[in-house]
Amino acid sequence: MERILIGKSVVAGSAEGVALVCREPLSLWGGLNPRTGEIIDRRHELSGEMAAGRVLVLPQGKGSSTGSAILLESVRSGVAPAAIINLKAADPIIALGSIVADELYNKPVPIVVLPEEAFYSINKGDRLTIEPDGTVKVYTEPSTKNT
Amino acid sequence: MSIELSERDKQMLHGRDGKTAQMAMHIMVRMAEVYGASELMDVSQAHIDGCGLLSEAGLEFAEKLAGYGGKVRIPTTLNMGPLDLQNWKQFGVNEEFAAKAIRQAKAYMDMGCIPTWTCAPYQSYLTPRFGQQIAWGESNAICYANSVLGARTNRYGDYIDICAAITGRVPRCGLHLKENRKGQILLRLVDIDLTVMKDDCSYAVLGHLIGPMVGDKIPVIEGFSADATSDQLKAFGAAAASAGAVALFHAIGVTPEANSLEEAFQGGHPERVIDIGMAEFREALADLSTAREKDKLDVVVLGCPHFSYEEFRRLAQLIREQKENGNTLCEDVRFIVISSQTSYSLLVRSDFMNVIMDFGTEITLDTCLFHTPMIPADTKVLMTNSGKCAYYGPGELGVKIAFGSMADCVLSAVKGCVCRKDV
Repeated sequence: MERILIGKSVVAGSAEGVALVCREPLSLWGGLNPRTGEIIDRRHELSGEMAAGRVLVLPQGKGSSTGSAILLESVRSGVAPAAIINLKAADPIIALGSIVADELYNKPVPIVVLPEEAFYSINKGDRLTIEPDGTVKVYTEPSTKNT
Repeated sequence: MSIELSERDKQMLHGRDGKTAQMAMHIMVRMAEVYGASELMDVSQAHIDGCGLLSEAGLEFAEKLAGYGGKVRIPTTLNMGPLDLQNWKQFGVNEEFAAKAIRQAKAYMDMGCIPTWTCAPYQSYLTPRFGQQIAWGESNAICYANSVLGARTNRYGDYIDICAAITGRVPRCGLHLKENRKGQILLRLVDIDLTVMKDDCSYAVLGHLIGPMVGDKIPVIEGFSADATSDQLKAFGAAAASAGAVALFHAIGVTPEANSLEEAFQGGHPERVIDIGMAEFREALADLSTAREKDKLDVVVLGCPHFSYEEFRRLAQLIREQKENGNTLCEDVRFIVISSQTSYSLLVRSDFMNVIMDFGTEITLDTCLFHTPMIPADTKVLMTNSGKCAYYGPGELGVKIAFGSMADCVLSAVKGCVCRKDV
């Protein structure tokens, strides 16, 4: 099954990957290991998951202002999320990491903002395609759907 | 959205002020789009967080900007760095790491930044004034500058901070504008025992409790003591900005934009009112620890954010009390205090430095236990009075955390295991 969600592009780019979904905010510093791509915030629902190459569906960031540096370093290490989807508003610290990755390495992490209903319609394991205009295509395999 | 740029902005963007300013302005304009701002505005001071973490990309970014030869345009202080620049060898930091950290420090100094190297710049040098427009990084410093000083900054992440320092400009939006600084959620402290509030770690517990309740909204707190100290407000803000995304809080009768509820909410009403009592307080206190009572202790870390002179004075008093009872530091426990050169230089002039040093305290300056490899890999249990350190410790350092007051930390260091007074 394929669905199309209309989002707003914050940092433009194309990407595809499997959705890694959470409902709680995450600080990338203290939350993402930039050398392995593992989520390391031991209080967070995604603790132990690998974000590398996946589309991180994260309502918003929080905490440390070093989050941008962690995202940038994860790009350099090749373990960054394929893209990030935020709820309703861009997180400036996450967006900044992606913009600097674009300026320094020409490798932005595409960031899209989705309205509430569309954001919460994405499930862990859905295959997503992100387009530069902010369109998100969702492919849900019945066997991988996780509700 | 199109952004209205001044002639000066365009001059920088087109490279007429050099490549450093051009790259910085390019990032600034893209961030203005992210913020949805329609123009840029002046800031007159900056504090750089991007110098703190040592990463390959962060070093490449700093050396690229500095390599073009440009300088900061406004007074710019530096957050703690990845290295104790004087004493790194005694903390077992390896040479390769140190060499890169020194290169990164040089890049920021070459751009004209002031070598304050502290995450508590508001207790150090060039403290911003009320209403001053600034661009600060470091979540705890942002929170303190906005809330306690009444200066105005958004939550700037690593690397836009130096871009603001180089250009002197930021997107005109968010907490720079008075209308966006009004309180949103009212938190009333009820039944919180005043002796609990006087304890040095109570404010950290409240920050840990309130942070997740409010996310990135602006909390207004009713019930802080009017004589809350700089160190207590520092502890509160650091914990609230770690467990949540708090960049500004108001405390009625304590912080400068909150002489009354009406002023704090700018004449409006709170979206929500939440009452906090001892039950919630105890729950947050328990949540800060992952180690258990009587667990064998490996290391105590104080000074997250950086220890002030007043905190050194309190520590000396606590150590004296233990000494009077014939107690000394347990030989299996390391006792580390992290501070700035500014506070340390005052300590050197004090009459109690020998009390602290004779106890076996190791003092490290300019850095942060999260950003320099000074905690040995086999460390299992770390005790602290910092809500921020307790929050990030398990993920960043892979240790179990025992959270307690400064007195609990000193007592546990003597006993060699986690011992805390009941609340």
